[in-house]
Amino acid sequence: MLEIITSPISFFILLSSFVVGAVGSLFFQNKDKQANIWSSFFSIVGSLWGLVFSISTILTKSNLLFSLNKSFFSLLTLSFHVDLLSSFFIFVISLLALFCSIYGLGYVKHFYKKYNIGVLGFFYNLFIGSLFLVVSASNGIFFLIFWEIMSIASYFLVVYDHNDANNVKAGLLYLVMTYVGTSFIIISFLLLYKYIGSFDFSVIKDNISLVPVFIKNIIFISAFIGFGLKAGIIPLHIWLPAAHPAAPSHVSAMMSGVMIKTGIYMMVRLFLDILQPVPLWWGLVVLIVGSISALLGVLYALTEHDIKRLLAYHSIENIGIILLGLGSALTFYSLNLPALALLGLVAALFHTLNHAIFKALLFLSAGSVINEVHTRNMEEYGGLIKYMPQTALFFLVGSIAISALPPFNGFFSEWLTYQALFQGIAQMHFLTQWIFVLAAGSLVFTGGLALACFVKAFGVTFLARPRSHEVIHAKESVFSMRFGMAALALLALLFGVFSGLVTNLLKIISQSLTIFKNSASAVSVLPSQGMSVENGFSSVSGPFIFGLLVIIIFLVFFIFKKVINNKQKISLTNTWDCGTDLTPRAEITATGFSRSIILVFKGLLRPTIQQNIEYYDDQNRYLPKSRTVILNISNTYNTYFYQPLLKVINKLSIRAKKIQNGNINLYISYIFITLLLVLLVIL
Amino acid sequence: MTIFVWIIQLFFVPALSPLCIGIIRKIKAKLQNRQGANVFQPYKDIWKLLHKDEVVSKDASWIFRFTPYIVFAVTIVVGLSIPIFLSRISEFGASDILIIVYTLAIGTFFMALSGMDTGSAFGGFGSSREMTVSALAEGGFIFSLLTMALLAGSTNLFVMSDVTRTITSQSFLPTILAFGGFFIVLLAETSRFPFDNPATHLELTMIHEAMILEYSGKRLALMEWAASNKLLIFIILGVNIFFPFGLVINGGWGMIILSIFYFLVKIFLFCLAIAVLESSMAKFRFFRLPDLLLISFIFNVVAIGLIQWSR
Repeated sequence: MLEIITSPISFFILLSSFVVGAVGSLFFQNKDKQANIWSSFFSIVGSLWGLVFSISTILTKSNLLFSLNKSFFSLLTLSFHVDLLSSFFIFVISLLALFCSIYGLGYVKHFYKKYNIGVLGFFYNLFIGSLFLVVSASNGIFFLIFWEIMSIASYFLVVYDHNDANNVKAGLLYLVMTYVGTSFIIISFLLLYKYIGSFDFSVIKDNISLVPVFIKNIIFISAFIGFGLKAGIIPLHIWLPAAHPAAPSHVSAMMSGVMIKTGIYMMVRLFLDILQPVPLWWGLVVLIVGSISALLGVLYALTEHDIKRLLAYHSIENIGIILLGLGSALTFYSLNLPALALLGLVAALFHTLNHAIFKALLFLSAGSVINEVHTRNMEEYGGLIKYMPQTALFFLVGSIAISALPPFNGFFSEWLTYQALFQGIAQMHFLTQWIFVLAAGSLVFTGGLALACFVKAFGVTFLARPRSHEVIHAKESVFSMRFGMAALALLALLFGVFSGLVTNLLKIISQSLTIFKNSASAVSVLPSQGMSVENGFSSVSGPFIFGLLVIIIFLVFFIFKKVINNKQKISLTNTWDCGTDLTPRAEITATGFSRSIILVFKGLLRPTIQQNIEYYDDQNRYLPKSRTVILNISNTYNTYFYQPLLKVINKLSIRAKKIQNGNINLYISYIFITLLLVLLVIL
Repeated sequence: MTIFVWIIQLFFVPALSPLCIGIIRKIKAKLQNRQGANVFQPYKDIWKLLHKDEVVSKDASWIFRFTPYIVFAVTIVVGLSIPIFLSRISEFGASDILIIVYTLAIGTFFMALSGMDTGSAFGGFGSSREMTVSALAEGGFIFSLLTMALLAGSTNLFVMSDVTRTITSQSFLPTILAFGGFFIVLLAETSRFPFDNPATHLELTMIHEAMILEYSGKRLALMEWAASNKLLIFIILGVNIFFPFGLVINGGWGMIILSIFYFLVKIFLFCLAIAVLESSMAKFRFFRLPDLLLISFIFNVVAIGLIQWSR
């Protein structure tokens, strides 16, 4: 049975279900309900099969290598390689796709009659299918084709709600940026091809010694830019906070949860597997970029009051944290410390999994709120916990998990990341040590600021009194949406409590990489499901913390609620209002909440303030008629990076225009001259 | 024996923490030429509040109602996980420095939410200020404990207090620097001067009090008690991680009693220091606090650099 599940055929069953889901839903032209059911059914079945497939591949430690059309032109062999690393990513993708599809079943309803549901189903299934292909392709050319299918499918999902002009604009930005990224990836693949003569990943890996170090460095830089752009590292992140909020929420969850992780997947694949051995500075660069992305990501998140943009910025932050794990793994391996490198990689993979879970949970619950209140602006929420109690609970779980509070999953992967960095501080010297200190410092502040940001997000959205009339009409979401969120919330807890078990599996996955074949690991899992790092340098136990917290909270609640003074009377009255009428205007706003932190970091964020006061009498400025205060965060990347770049490109284009006068004869002569030159070079 | 020690650990922090507050208030009163209340007054206050009826805002949700239990329970969990008068009792799964920091953060998280829950302007601003201070204090907090962990070769607090008992001349300077950083964080996290005035109800200055303004009766008692627990936890961390003289490893009852005596003396000295500090300086402007917290972080970075130097 297991052999069938872990066979190539099973992998194609997986893909075909998404193909059927995609193509089939196109046929339901105006039957919205049927189209939705068809596409969701096949994506649910496909992702369930993906879960079975990936779990059994991981448990049997099988290594699937197969190719189609072998006899054909050797450059275009469509080959797949599903090793444990790929299986892990297939697992993450299927897990999220399963719950997002269940959620989508109810969520998509509000698009009925407005848009073509069949098209949504087509691109949604195509998108998930392409994600599977991206993480399993083992040929550079086909990888790029799948990568582009993924980008284009997600582009159409971003602009799906095309009546809003902002979404179309966001989609365009996404499309342009993603092509810039792809061109960098193409450069790195072409350079590899030049020296090795193959696009096949396994061939490249076997002959990597043929590539000179200088070229390897160029490959690193262009691959890091290309994949980093998809992952959303700062300063290449500008598309992410624009595109993710524009998409329907279950697609945002997939994009933030897994699509940006394909960039991480390829970084692990290239830097830790294919291109090894690598110089030390690669790891240090990844660490520095990770620190910057983590810290700036959370700071920008704090400035947001659009709930989905806020979550999108947190994706940048978490990608930074994942890169901290990956960067320390690279650094340690270059310094010949494979045990610690393994710790770093396990931390990175664990955080990849955890971030997928809680970020999807947050996007889905944000989607439920937007669905009811019809705006993404947090300043118009408030008091939703009374109207949508379950959604509020799910969002709270997501907030706790992403703020890395025990006993939820985020804490344990950040704990592992911390341990990798602490080991770096303890065992490195000079510059490397200071980079680790910087990285740990960035992670520490990121944790604190993320906590502040989620107090703001949860508090402003769900607590206090409603700030707009829309809130009063809000109702709890339908069952399928609640089911999708509840399952993810439960997983966020389970993956925290049983973090030892997960870590053990991730260790096996990491050890399947060639460079870690025979190396011991710095992290070991204790029999009590706890984790221990570097022979007891530090240890943590998920079940123990969970048990302790639950028991003590229960005891405290029981003693103080039931035992001491149990006849206490509780009367309900208004909040103390200082003698005035309390309106929602008295509550703190999202902007007000983060104002003090923004002012503390004003050197980095560069907030601007603009006041317009209109007076009753312009001559006699005593009685203001109306006041407007506009707070803004200046877009540093646009002003100092993208605008100058655009200017240069425009200038070059004007120069290039001179040789294009529209005359066909001239163009033919260009072709002829080029041909002659090429012939001359070759002969 | 071990079980007995754990029971003492469980009740030690909540039992002693109101006394700590009482001592600090008494010393402050003496310094201000006042008679001051009895040092046991905080116990009476808690007892009184526990038996009062309660007023809860109509706008409040279950977050507001449940928060006091969580905040109080979190301080109990942390009080149980830190070395009090014994070092290295046994492997305890929750004594890692990061667990302590993040478990305390659970309390901060819920307290800030409860501040926003009633929809009063005070609560919201209290939460905003509290989160600003605690986000920036986290750097100094983790790094000061990390400095000691690097010296001790373990991040387990029991092992740390055991190893640093034998302080060497090489580790002296990093310890002092890390302690300086830690002391600033202590003042910030427990809302003392110059960060917050624990006795004020002036809306321009209050941080902690603003968040718990809407609480009354039993829940207020729990919040106040949890705040004093937190103060004692920080003091215990300060005395037992940075100056762990007098801790016993696994001695008999006589040794334990002696170590409790040592410990109480150290705590008293700490309370004295806090009271003198509070009487001799004014509260800082809110936007000067980040400078202070940054200094705490830099102290620790320098301390980590010094460890490397002396190795």
